[in-house]
Amino acid sequence: MNRVKRQLAPYFLVLPGGLWLLLFFAIPMIAMLSLSLQQGDVVYGYRFTFHWQNYTDAIDGYHTQLIRSLIYAAVGTILLIALAFPVAYWIAFYGGRRKPTYLFLLLLPFFVSFVLRTISWRQILTDEGPVLHPLKQLGLVPDSYHLLGTPEAVIGGLVYNFLPFMVLPIYVALERIDPRVVEAARDLYANPALAFRKVILPLALPGVFAGVLMSFVPMASDYVNSEVLGSSSTTMIGQVIQSKYLVTSDYPTAAALSFILMAVLLIGIFAYARALGTEDVMKVAAR
Amino acid sequence: MSVSTLQRPPVEQPVRTGRRRRFTGQSMLFLYTWLVIIWLVIPIFVMIAFAFNDTHGRYNQSWEGFTFKWWGKVFEIEDLTKALWTSLIIAVISSLVSAAMGTGIGYALGRYRFRGSGTLNVVMFSTISSPELIMGASLLSLFVSANLGLGAVTITIAHIMFSISFVAAIVRARVVTLDRSIEEAAADLGATPWTTFWKVTFPLILPAVFSGILLAFALSIDDFVVTNFTAGSVTTFPLWIWGSTRVGLPPQVNVMGTMIFAAGVLIAVVTNIRSRQGKRDR
Repeated sequence: MNRVKRQLAPYFLVLPGGLWLLLFFAIPMIAMLSLSLQQGDVVYGYRFTFHWQNYTDAIDGYHTQLIRSLIYAAVGTILLIALAFPVAYWIAFYGGRRKPTYLFLLLLPFFVSFVLRTISWRQILTDEGPVLHPLKQLGLVPDSYHLLGTPEAVIGGLVYNFLPFMVLPIYVALERIDPRVVEAARDLYANPALAFRKVILPLALPGVFAGVLMSFVPMASDYVNSEVLGSSSTTMIGQVIQSKYLVTSDYPTAAALSFILMAVLLIGIFAYARALGTEDVMKVAAR
Repeated sequence: MSVSTLQRPPVEQPVRTGRRRRFTGQSMLFLYTWLVIIWLVIPIFVMIAFAFNDTHGRYNQSWEGFTFKWWGKVFEIEDLTKALWTSLIIAVISSLVSAAMGTGIGYALGRYRFRGSGTLNVVMFSTISSPELIMGASLLSLFVSANLGLGAVTITIAHIMFSISFVAAIVRARVVTLDRSIEEAAADLGATPWTTFWKVTFPLILPAVFSGILLAFALSIDDFVVTNFTAGSVTTFPLWIWGSTRVGLPPQVNVMGTMIFAAGVLIAVVTNIRSRQGKRDR
């Protein structure tokens, strides 16, 4: 009796949460897939008709925004690696007892609402703001020069908002490196650059990959930054999906677009999970 | 191979270089790190500064002098206050429920080997790494298909959903490091498994559950994307801000943002200090 109880224990523990995830994570995906193949409108309702045309329509109409989103996210990811690696490196190797403090400082933006801190950037970058106003007064930049509404502003906002997602995984990977390994490389006559390239970099790479996954996916699907900091020429796929769902109630096209985006991202996510496992991402989530 | 490779060296610098070169390289990295931190803090500074701006027009855009007046009038915009309350209530409920469910999953994954744990792992990984936009869109698809009315309930359902996995990851990380011999000692002294769990194991994982609750609360109160899809006509604090960006934000939003920021930082610092003290005492 007791043994049966012990064997069943994990299932009882998992049941409520697992059921919740099934009902509100897995089943919604199926609902979305079904919706993406339906035909009809809000007034008369939708019918499931294997309407594959929703997909071709979605690609025909919005491939520009989709490709733009992927490019912005790719540029953002490259910038993030360049920004985050030195920071994570310095904290991991030279942070000493202050490591937690530095990590805390890097996480400070998370204590301000995502929307609010993006709007804060708009306040800074606007034509009358503290950056452009003085420059224009001094005549250093022409009056026609704007920061808002440009791709640079949108990518800048994305990089700003997702920097911690890159720093943390790289930091976790670098922190794990045993200093003795680097010592050994130096003892075997590797100069600092070679030791970095042959020892530190390969060991840090899983962290970089985890960071790429954790930042590229949310950046490619973001719509807050391009809405607040961008213009009609920087529209990202997230904005299209958002407005089709919430403004025009064009559910089938919106669902088809979401699925296309998800398919593109999922290929990346699962290739990652296959090759490198889920451990690094989970570890960062648990911090 | 030198002796230092066999013993863990006490020095923190892993790379031995010429003294001067290390100094310059290190200080450049130091400077770089601080520049990045300053860049991260600039918008927060702007938000806080504009909570004290003596603005008179509709726009809180340019600096017009220092004042405390908005702190006295912080709750004067009725919709905004209501939105903040809605956010707080949803955050409390969803963090407690997701903590309970997530603790169950985290404990089971950390302690037992059971069929389906692999699948569960994949699902958790997916919820953590899948974009909020897709989660929101799919939830809305479900609610639309099932003809469910949107509102505070659907927001709470969604927030619980995306918080569970984070809590489970935190709790599992703690359970894995637990020393089993303490529980065995309790069993040897005649405690039933039930008593052992509540008297020994639970107090040990409680700090992890607590940080899970805090993280779930923070995720919920800050969430915009999923909430936007599941809210219907209900307005939360981030949704209210989003809705009034075009007309310009009133200073009250900055005051509330500053209050949430200060409370969050305070809680984080206090729990951090307490956990360090706990480690020292043990």
